[in-house]
Amino acid sequence: MTPFTRALVGLYTARRWAAIGALMALLLVAMPVAHLALPADHPLHLSAFWINLAGKIMCYAMVAIALDLIWGYTGILSLGHGLFFALGGYAHGMYLMRAIGRDGVYQSNLPDFMVFLDWKEYPWYWSFTEHWWYAMLLVVLVPGLLAFVFGYFAFRSRIKGVYFSIITQALTFAAMLLFFRNNLGFGGNNGFTDFKRVLGYTITAPETKTALFMITATALLAALLACRYIVTCKLGRVLAAIRDSESRLMFCGYNPLWFKLFVWTFSAVLCGIAGALYVPQVGIINPSEMSPANSIEAAIWVAVGGRGTLSGAILGAVAVNGAKSWFTNVFPEYWLYALGLVFILVTLFLPRGIVGLLGGRRPS
Amino acid sequence: MKLLAAVMLAWALLAPRFAAAALDAPTVNRLAAEDTDEKIQAIARIAESAEPQALAVLQALADDVLYVLADGRVAIFAGERMHDAATGVEITPVPESRDAIAINNRVRREINTAIAALKLTAPERAIRLASARELQNSAEPELLPLIKRALEKEADPEIRAILALTEASASLKSGDPAVRLAAVRTLAASDNPGVKLLLSTMLEKTGDGNFNEPDAKVRDEIRAALKEIDARLSKLESVGNLFYGLSLGSVLLLAALGLAITFGLMGIINMAHGELLMIGAYATYSVQQAFKAWLPAHVDWYLAAAVPSAFLAAAAIGMVLERSVIRWLYGRPLETLLATWGISLLLIQTVRTLYGAQNVEVANPGWMSGGIALAGGLVLPWNRIFIIVFAALVLALVWLMLNRTRLGLFVRAVTQNRAMADCLGVPTRRVDTLTFGVGSGIAGLGGVALSQIGNVGPELGQQYIVDSFMVVVLGGVGQLAGTIIAAIGLGEVNKFLEPYAGAVLAKIAVLVFIILFIQKRPQGLFALKGRSAEA
Repeated sequence: MTPFTRALVGLYTARRWAAIGALMALLLVAMPVAHLALPADHPLHLSAFWINLAGKIMCYAMVAIALDLIWGYTGILSLGHGLFFALGGYAHGMYLMRAIGRDGVYQSNLPDFMVFLDWKEYPWYWSFTEHWWYAMLLVVLVPGLLAFVFGYFAFRSRIKGVYFSIITQALTFAAMLLFFRNNLGFGGNNGFTDFKRVLGYTITAPETKTALFMITATALLAALLACRYIVTCKLGRVLAAIRDSESRLMFCGYNPLWFKLFVWTFSAVLCGIAGALYVPQVGIINPSEMSPANSIEAAIWVAVGGRGTLSGAILGAVAVNGAKSWFTNVFPEYWLYALGLVFILVTLFLPRGIVGLLGGRRPS
Repeated sequence: MKLLAAVMLAWALLAPRFAAAALDAPTVNRLAAEDTDEKIQAIARIAESAEPQALAVLQALADDVLYVLADGRVAIFAGERMHDAATGVEITPVPESRDAIAINNRVRREINTAIAALKLTAPERAIRLASARELQNSAEPELLPLIKRALEKEADPEIRAILALTEASASLKSGDPAVRLAAVRTLAASDNPGVKLLLSTMLEKTGDGNFNEPDAKVRDEIRAALKEIDARLSKLESVGNLFYGLSLGSVLLLAALGLAITFGLMGIINMAHGELLMIGAYATYSVQQAFKAWLPAHVDWYLAAAVPSAFLAAAAIGMVLERSVIRWLYGRPLETLLATWGISLLLIQTVRTLYGAQNVEVANPGWMSGGIALAGGLVLPWNRIFIIVFAALVLALVWLMLNRTRLGLFVRAVTQNRAMADCLGVPTRRVDTLTFGVGSGIAGLGGVALSQIGNVGPELGQQYIVDSFMVVVLGGVGQLAGTIIAAIGLGEVNKFLEPYAGAVLAKIAVLVFIILFIQKRPQGLFALKGRSAEA
């Protein structure tokens, strides 16, 4: 075994690996087959709605993992992760908008909203976005860079605890106001929508949707393993030390700045990737993704699942979002009551989340 | 004999009035003349007579409802009834044969001038004012004598000012450079926004390369006048910005003051604070509706009842929250944040269920509409002034509560050293609940103020939560002075940036500024000194 595979295998126990393998088999084989291969009237046929919903929730689960890494393990609660998610989405959305080509309502080379603004050419920050690889670069770089710069200033002056949470909330709020402006060149209120194709494939085709779904599942697995690696290696112990007693860590001769900055930036990049996967599946990205409410909701996914347990974060995202789509279908007016109660009850009575309830081990 | 004397006396008394009320019939009849010049002469005579009936006749002529009858009399025929133009006596039945008096554009112009002149000397102030305003926008040199005459008679200062300005703008078109020079000097002192445009067009060149104003000396005077006006306008703009900044600052202060107590003094992150504002606003709405239903005569004073109701409603909800949820989360600020966010969702949805998702209408009381008009079209609305005064009052009450009451003493004691206060017999648990109640109640008061200047809807609180936290963070924890300075400062900075950057960019600039500011001073403007600072 190479050192890499040894490290990989060492991340989880055999039983856990078996569970992960079963889940992946379900996501990567069973669900695509049930959707594509089985005829529509077959009892096991999976409709496009379920593939879409599951894809969406997996994107949220990636955000939850990213948030758990920074909150559950490092003790920094970010209320601005929606911003990184949306930035990743916008970066991919720029490519998707250009891939529409002349099929828009106005049949122009420019997206419809630019025609509407009477713009004659793309602004400079749209250059190269017709290349998919460049958009992918942006998906990683824009959230990463923003998180790095913001985090550097925030952690350097040792802003922590609720102050940090409030400042991140203000950041995403400011960004939302900015993106609402039409002349920013990102579609204002409506954002990007009406995508036609991605890398030449029709975006509404079942095959494309299934492929996106499978890519998301793989990305989620990769994110889980990467985060698991981070929290189980030495770095992870430093992170936990930052969470439990930052000043003591400093007296031991560590400078928490770079550790925090690394995990913060990594977390933001993960969110950006989740956003990039989310946009082609949902078909729209607009500034409301940056609203402070969305980011706080992400925090409750983690709290519901159980902080400091990466699998708990996934579980929480699935549980809350599953409940959300059920409620908004059946009792739309009661969803906010349910969500509000979840916030209160989980913080009061379930500090360790569902994982704690299931009798899992104490979080590291 | 006596009877005769009485009749004679009555006649003597009434006759001149009849004569005054009636126009000279031959003159009126000349309006029907074929010749335009004769018509114009008649119009001028009628206008000079300044009889009350004159305006009606000329207006009828302008509106094409003046008719000439078969016997040569002229009559006004409007709305199925006919009156003799000269005497005002009704003519019944309406004669079949009648001809409308036609007028051409030249006559029409004369009529308009004459009507304006008549209105300018009308006995009712409102008519004179309206007419003066109308003339101001169409000042022609031929109206000058008329305006001058009106100016001589006019006593009302507001109308006089308008007339003087109109006279000056009309004089600008005069052929005499000296008259124009004098006019420019008069205009330089005016605050009318149109004057600037008027003067600057005089400096422009016409198609053939000449200036609109041929005289170089007058042009220099115009340039000086424009500079003077610009200086005055920018000063005025600063005053306006200062005022609106202060008013925005007061709104922020009212929104953040309660938070400064719950977060600053008690260390509770209350994300439902915005919803307490919203509850205050809805309490105001409910009181308003109650007044409308049961005390419609006193509806203008509903605010007097709304202020205590809003305070009590928000304070009661706040205390229930403290007892039921927040108490169990002391010392765990991040959990408090999430739980209170959950509470805010519950409150929003409850209000939606009770009052509907639409905005409700809270009307300003009558005494709050309008404002103080300053020179130069700057108006300071009463509702904004109310908010500034209200914020100052609330602030004074909070200060008194914290520094002059037993509860305030306890609050400060618990803030400084909870264990020691407990040992000395301070009921810390009850103090917590009461303090949280006071902080929530103040949010309710903020809601009353917000209901007077903006929409009241279930999402009202969400707009203010980020701003209020920014104020508290910027001001520093546990310090009222910091909160005040931060709120007013943010309000002013916002309003002064707005003209350059627009409202949204100004807001973003302020947020970026705060993020940079707490780099330098992580504890806010006024940091607590001593041991509690790092807690």
